[in-house]
Amino acid sequence: MIPDLIVLLAWIGGLLVVATLIGHVLQRRLSPDGRNEGVENLVARIRAWWVMAILIALAFLAGRTGVVILFALCSFAALREFVTLTNARRADHWTLAIAFFVVIPLQYWLVWAGEYGIYSIFIPVYAFLLGPIVSALRCETTNFLVRVAEIQWALMIAVFCASHVPALLTLDIPGHEGRGVLLIAFLIVVVQMSDVLQYVWGKLIGRRRIAPRLSPSKTVEGFAGGVLSATAIGAMLYWITPFTPLQAAVMAFVIAIMGFFGGLVMSAIKRDRGVKDWGHTIEGHGGFIDRLDSVVFSAPIFFHLTRYWWT
Amino acid sequence: MRDTLTHLAAAATAGAIEVLARLVTAVRADWDGVEPVPGRRVYYANHCSNGDFVLIWTILPHRLRRDVRPVAGADYWLSSPLKRFIGRHVFNAVLIDRTGTGPRKAPVEQMAEALDRGSSLILFPEGTRNLTERPLLNFKSGLYHLALARPEVDLVPVWIENLNRVMPKGEIVPIPLLCRVRLGAPVRLTPSEGKDAFLSRSREALLALAPETASTSKTPA
Repeated sequence: MIPDLIVLLAWIGGLLVVATLIGHVLQRRLSPDGRNEGVENLVARIRAWWVMAILIALAFLAGRTGVVILFALCSFAALREFVTLTNARRADHWTLAIAFFVVIPLQYWLVWAGEYGIYSIFIPVYAFLLGPIVSALRCETTNFLVRVAEIQWALMIAVFCASHVPALLTLDIPGHEGRGVLLIAFLIVVVQMSDVLQYVWGKLIGRRRIAPRLSPSKTVEGFAGGVLSATAIGAMLYWITPFTPLQAAVMAFVIAIMGFFGGLVMSAIKRDRGVKDWGHTIEGHGGFIDRLDSVVFSAPIFFHLTRYWWT
Repeated sequence: MRDTLTHLAAAATAGAIEVLARLVTAVRADWDGVEPVPGRRVYYANHCSNGDFVLIWTILPHRLRRDVRPVAGADYWLSSPLKRFIGRHVFNAVLIDRTGTGPRKAPVEQMAEALDRGSSLILFPEGTRNLTERPLLNFKSGLYHLALARPEVDLVPVWIENLNRVMPKGEIVPIPLLCRVRLGAPVRLTPSEGKDAFLSRSREALLALAPETASTSKTPA
């Protein structure tokens, strides 16, 4: 496992070095005084990419505990962003306190312990029923269904779905023992490369908009180019997975498609709430959910496909 | 020795409070019409939560934070040893006697004195926490008397957004939510301006920083 992981991390590091050099050249040519917003945003993004890559690499090297803690913190940040935009009011105070301080630690502890039978239903069943009960105790009926539905949705997206990334570590795939982090690396690399390449293809040849009201920057050409390139990258990464090259391509295709539509769904929520980004925590990217939306939508599907056919 | 220990404890407490504030609120500062540069100022803000001044203190750069002192009620901050330590040594608060009993200096005099010693102030001109549905209560006259006493000091309006949702009155567990602190262009008392005109102008300057929903959907003063 370790040699393959080192090779992969070296590739990612190399990619970031190239991106940083391109950013520098663009900055010197097009934005010498720091005025070109597009270029400055690109440079800020690349800098944030470095931080994210280093954090993930450290978590990988720290093993299961490191990865679980990293994603628990991501869930915390994502839930914080999501709840900020909901109609939650004072009567939901305890429901939210439980969501943040009980549900997140418990879900991730169950994932860490590999308790598939409980962590896969804890939020969809237990939190789903307990949340509205706690909210109802305060006898505040205004917008009740909207409030409890929003909180449940927030938990499903920010905690349940996100926790399926570290859950990949708990899969026992014959012949792939101890290589769980590489499965996570496969998922994250494919999703993020798909995001980046959709952006690049869209800038280069993008003409027809796919969903102008949801996301003005997403184009048919960007979508097709990004998904196909990500599929190719996934196929080339087969050596870190238990899949054959063809299987890896199919998995990467599914991941990229889910990621794309995840971004679309989360955009619809942002448009409805009248915000451009989910937050302001990651320089150049916006919030945690802006960066995680596609991962969150693809992780559970990737997890279950792998679990069903390979274990 | 004792002083050094107190100093260290205060620095450690300040660090812990800042980490906690950032973890819960991921607070972001928007400097709209004023820059984060040193100089004597009065930061005046809306007041919905006990954590208000902590949030303003958190977003100030370190060199500004050293010289800024919140104006707070002595009855609250002297009521227990821990609060006294935090009020005196961590935040270096200007403690105002709100009860009106015993010998006391006029609050405005105390604030002017702190400004004369080179400090900036954090002030809540509504005088008390706003627990109503209105976005902002009417100002008490303190801000006017302070502006009259020190007309050369910039009064910077500061709108604190969302903190009242993090910890509503009566709750003990904070809910993590994103907060924003917006600082606007400074206000000063003009020579011919009366008390009511100044108070309503400075209040409008603060209200103008509120997000649209807060300033339009609810009935104005």
